[in-house]
Amino acid sequence: MLRVALTHRIGAFTLDVAFDAPPGVTVLFGRSASGKTTIVNAVAGLVRPEQGRVSVDGWRLLDTVAGVDLPPHRRRLGYIFQEGRLFPHLTVRQNLTYGAWFAPKGAAREDMGRVVDMLGIGPLLHRRPAGLSGGERQRVAIGRALLAAPKLILADEPLSALDEARKAEILPYFERLRDEVKVPILYVSHSPAEVARVATTVVALDAGRVTGIGPAFDVLGDPALWPIGVRGAGAVIAARLVRQHPDGLSELDAGGIPLFLPRISAAPGSLVRLRIAAHDVILSGEPPVGLSALNILPGTIEAMHQGDGPGVMVRLVTPAGAVLARITRRSAQIMGLAPGKTAYAIIKSVAPAPEDVIIRADTAG
Amino acid sequence: MADWLSPDEWRAVALSLKVSFWAVLLSLPLGILTAHALARWQFPGKQVLNGLVHLPLILPPVVTGYLLLITFGRRGAVGQFLEEWFGIVFAFRWTGAALAAAVMAFPLMVRAIRLAIEAVDPKLEQAAGTLGASRAWVFLTVTLPLILPGIIAGVILAFAKAIGEFGATITFVSNIPGQTQTLPTAIYSALQVPGGDAQAARLVLVAIVIAMAALLLSEWVSRAVARRIAGA
Repeated sequence: MLRVALTHRIGAFTLDVAFDAPPGVTVLFGRSASGKTTIVNAVAGLVRPEQGRVSVDGWRLLDTVAGVDLPPHRRRLGYIFQEGRLFPHLTVRQNLTYGAWFAPKGAAREDMGRVVDMLGIGPLLHRRPAGLSGGERQRVAIGRALLAAPKLILADEPLSALDEARKAEILPYFERLRDEVKVPILYVSHSPAEVARVATTVVALDAGRVTGIGPAFDVLGDPALWPIGVRGAGAVIAARLVRQHPDGLSELDAGGIPLFLPRISAAPGSLVRLRIAAHDVILSGEPPVGLSALNILPGTIEAMHQGDGPGVMVRLVTPAGAVLARITRRSAQIMGLAPGKTAYAIIKSVAPAPEDVIIRADTAG
Repeated sequence: MADWLSPDEWRAVALSLKVSFWAVLLSLPLGILTAHALARWQFPGKQVLNGLVHLPLILPPVVTGYLLLITFGRRGAVGQFLEEWFGIVFAFRWTGAALAAAVMAFPLMVRAIRLAIEAVDPKLEQAAGTLGASRAWVFLTVTLPLILPGIIAGVILAFAKAIGEFGATITFVSNIPGQTQTLPTAIYSALQVPGGDAQAARLVLVAIVIAMAALLLSEWVSRAVARRIAGA
């Protein structure tokens, strides 16, 4: 368990946060300038906060009151940077083993062969970073962090320098990291799709403060956390693949409700995480009939959140889990939507993009 | 071949190489340290240090030689101390020529290395730190290999400057054949003698050969190093 409590001022910006990160991936999620990177750098010892405590499994990295402030090289980190930061004068193999030289003799180490296999970087070992593609570099950077025998892994927007195709290439490795590595992982992101895929726990940040913390399902389904108008807003629900239909659709079961999506290449019985973007959801006050949409989730409105714009974010609790819908304030008034009322969420089968469908993720959050 | 140059002339060539070799070798660690301090550290008096390092580049060499004479001469404060305690004498010895060459070449060496250090991305050094390397290890395993081409460039520049150093050398250690007479001062002497043109020309040829050889060697070494660093 990673425990963090920090206060720090940079000019007019004040950071004041406290959170615990359980094992798995804890995503620091928020807009730019919400303080995400400052937190990670303070945990790494690259930034010294005015006040704060940081500990990993009871081992103190920083405690300004007690005068503890370990330098970065003694914090046992595996830091995955946005730009990879591989050493250009070393081969991939030398990059990978760099951290191991400095790790304590008895430290629990990842097996080099296993990490190399997991990341698929075996053929690159004798090459130098200059000859690698962006995606390859980032995979090596992940391996380098893992092989440093870290007690804590930090990742600061590790995908943001990559194009969509490369992102899709790297994301599965972070999912494997989450499921296979025992140390806590602190992961900075401003991408809702990324958060939905990798997060075990989400810490939502805004203007230097924690605005929400909890399992990914809860936090991403909380309408108050999303700035109105954010295109990427959306909740995540869990489903199980039931069967593949000959017409190219996959049938899923989400809390007893059938959902139909374009072919998901997985075996029946597989667990699937599904991110449903709020702008892809239509709400109806009555059970809809005669629609082309195949997916209808009945539920109860739990919360409505509105800002200054014309939009309203509605949280609908359905048997499949919480769903967010972004509709206009005018529609909400005409339909008389209010917390406690029944409504139906309609989702087009083709709405979720392939990157929003996450196979074999753990359903507990 | 050996009688192509007179024994004194051979001695002048050999002495020049010896003086330059030791001048560069012994000032290199200090040069790297100074370049690192100027490139990366913040400390009071940084501009003063920067000025001091570059002073020999701007001052007339005679002035530098004179300053060396009154500091490191047998009557100079530092010179007296070094002679009494360590038996090291600079004045009118080849060691003094090496000191003069080192001081004159130092700004060029520091400049080349400093530029190389400034070109190293501090984020790489930071990354090495997060992987467990202390500052000293970061320098040895990341910074130093990355600035190697700059160090080589600095060494060659300094070597060329040391070989060619004239004004400070002749002021500080004079021009004693076989003892402190270097290639440039030997050329100068030859030109002072009627009919010495041929001798001067031979020495000039030697000087050109040494300079070209040093240049080609540095080019070849820095290319090899750069290939090693950037190579796929």
